[in-house]
Amino acid sequence: MNWLAAHFNYVVVVILMMAGLFIVFSTGNLIKRMIGLALFQTSTGLFYISLGKVSGATSAITLDATSVDGKALAAQLDPAYVERFGVDGVVYSNPLPHVLILTAIVVGVATLAVGLAIAVRVREAYGTVEADEIEALSRVTAEQAEPAP
Amino acid sequence: MTAPILDANFALNVALLLMLVVLAFAVVRTRSLLAAILLLTVFSLVSATWLMVMDAADVAFTEAVVGAGISTIVALGAILLTRGEVVRVNWKRQVVPGLLAVIVGGMLIYAVSALPDFGDPASPANSHVGRSYLETTKHDIGAPNVVTAVLGSYRGFDTLGETVVIFAACIGVALMLGFGPRATLAPAVDTLGDHHVVLRVVAKLLIPLIILFALYVQFHGDLGAGGGFQAGVIMAVAIILHALVFGLRDTMAAVPARVARTVAVLGVVLYAGVGIVCIANGGGFLDYDYLFTPQVEAMIPPGLLGDPDHVHHWGQHFGILFIELGVLMTVAATMVTIFYGFAGRTVDAIEARART
Amino acid sequence: MVDALNWIGGGFIVAGALLSILGAAGVLRFPDVYTRIHAASLTDTGGATLMLFGMGLLGPFGLITLKLFLVWGFVMLTSPAASNALANAAYSSGHRPRIGNFQIVGDDEPEPSSKGAP
Repeated sequence: MNWLAAHFNYVVVVILMMAGLFIVFSTGNLIKRMIGLALFQTSTGLFYISLGKVSGATSAITLDATSVDGKALAAQLDPAYVERFGVDGVVYSNPLPHVLILTAIVVGVATLAVGLAIAVRVREAYGTVEADEIEALSRVTAEQAEPAP
Repeated sequence: MTAPILDANFALNVALLLMLVVLAFAVVRTRSLLAAILLLTVFSLVSATWLMVMDAADVAFTEAVVGAGISTIVALGAILLTRGEVVRVNWKRQVVPGLLAVIVGGMLIYAVSALPDFGDPASPANSHVGRSYLETTKHDIGAPNVVTAVLGSYRGFDTLGETVVIFAACIGVALMLGFGPRATLAPAVDTLGDHHVVLRVVAKLLIPLIILFALYVQFHGDLGAGGGFQAGVIMAVAIILHALVFGLRDTMAAVPARVARTVAVLGVVLYAGVGIVCIANGGGFLDYDYLFTPQVEAMIPPGLLGDPDHVHHWGQHFGILFIELGVLMTVAATMVTIFYGFAGRTVDAIEARART
Repeated sequence: MVDALNWIGGGFIVAGALLSILGAAGVLRFPDVYTRIHAASLTDTGGATLMLFGMGLLGPFGLITLKLFLVWGFVMLTSPAASNALANAAYSSGHRPRIGNFQIVGDDEPEPSSKGAP
């Protein structure tokens, strides 16, 4: 039980990742694959943020420990905990994973757009977005281009 | 290792993660693409809420705007263009991926046991570099928002790389989908009478306010949650809202596609230009302490901003301001270009079908 | 006094959450597109309003109260527009309101669709 409480986030992240992976591998529809990839990307973002969370902490925006907010936050925690892990009297969550994932989200949507643009062009060229049909059509086209000797 | 504090925060965390799992399974099971896209939107919104519970204010902001805004619009444009509504399900095809998912998932869960406890303040991730950023930001940069300080100054080079990647996506989509509709757009004709008057009035009220809010988010990036990425996406969403309500023609007259592409280029140039100015003044690339020459720094009254013996904070503040401006320009222009690409193709497809 | 405000604020937030759940239940159980739009709008007007009011009572009086008021203003502005757009889209794609008295159908009877009926 203790193990589950300490690792619940990571287990859920693995489940979400596997759901995204399953979508990418099991479906032949290009658009559904991009959706699965987006799900996969979001779950890795969740993983990093879970790593950076500190119990009882607040956002990494510097507060004055003597202000109303700072005192309210410190009142909820053990003073020894704040003393050991706090910076200037306030406990903050790790800001580094937030930085990494912030840019990753915007880059993720940009690459999603590129992938969907490719899917649109594939649809215009082959008339379908199902990978099996595209493969069959491209084989037919290749056979027509090079007639068997 | 310290065990996580099991309080209301943790209960919220568990509840929201369970919702995410349910949503993910719904996306896997659904056969309709429209439903999958809308479920992904709800997934993004719930994960934005979860990110707030995890104290990641900036990231929650970005995920809410990007996931619920741009991502949905782009995906809806894609299914409109591909006219794919129902996914073909082949049962034999699902067995091997299912086994793979279970086996790899099992191995990963076994590996997860070696990770530090959730919320452990003494874990290696939270002890060394992350903590040092929290301690030194006040002295080096003087900005309250540590995330913006790290993004803009300590890891400014990474952010330049990300901006260039976003710009590359802009070029990629523009080359693949075109620079806008090739057919000349007819003015928007409302065949249903004035049924859209409510939307038009509300949009007219909201679009200037959304742009103002984007600028607010941009300039308050180092004081609170915010920054160039969020502001860029919000500004693009305002322009896209205009296109959805008033028609693509009016929007492309107001914000032409050429202007959008030029602004994207100028954003990257501004960002890299700040770095080069720093080199010209004697420092390293993107070392904002050297952004201003000593003559300019002598003109700044000491103690005006932050510590009186840290006049170089002005360099840091302006450096972060300029690069966030560059990021805003590139991100907004990229999202607008992507929308124009998808929307322009839609118009062409409708015209082509009308002609045949 | 502050304690009393905390309790009242918390009560409002819980009431808002209950109204949101009611709205969600309505969306699932109502038979027709238009009645479902009506139920969904309850989440915004009833649920969000009560919750924002409760949060305003809980927080310190000042900038936060003003920001919460602005958020409420924007929600009030956009939520009816969204319901209008939904109903508009439903009407222009052919759905017509089901008129007349009917019961919520059980699981064994096929649900009559609201599409195209005059």
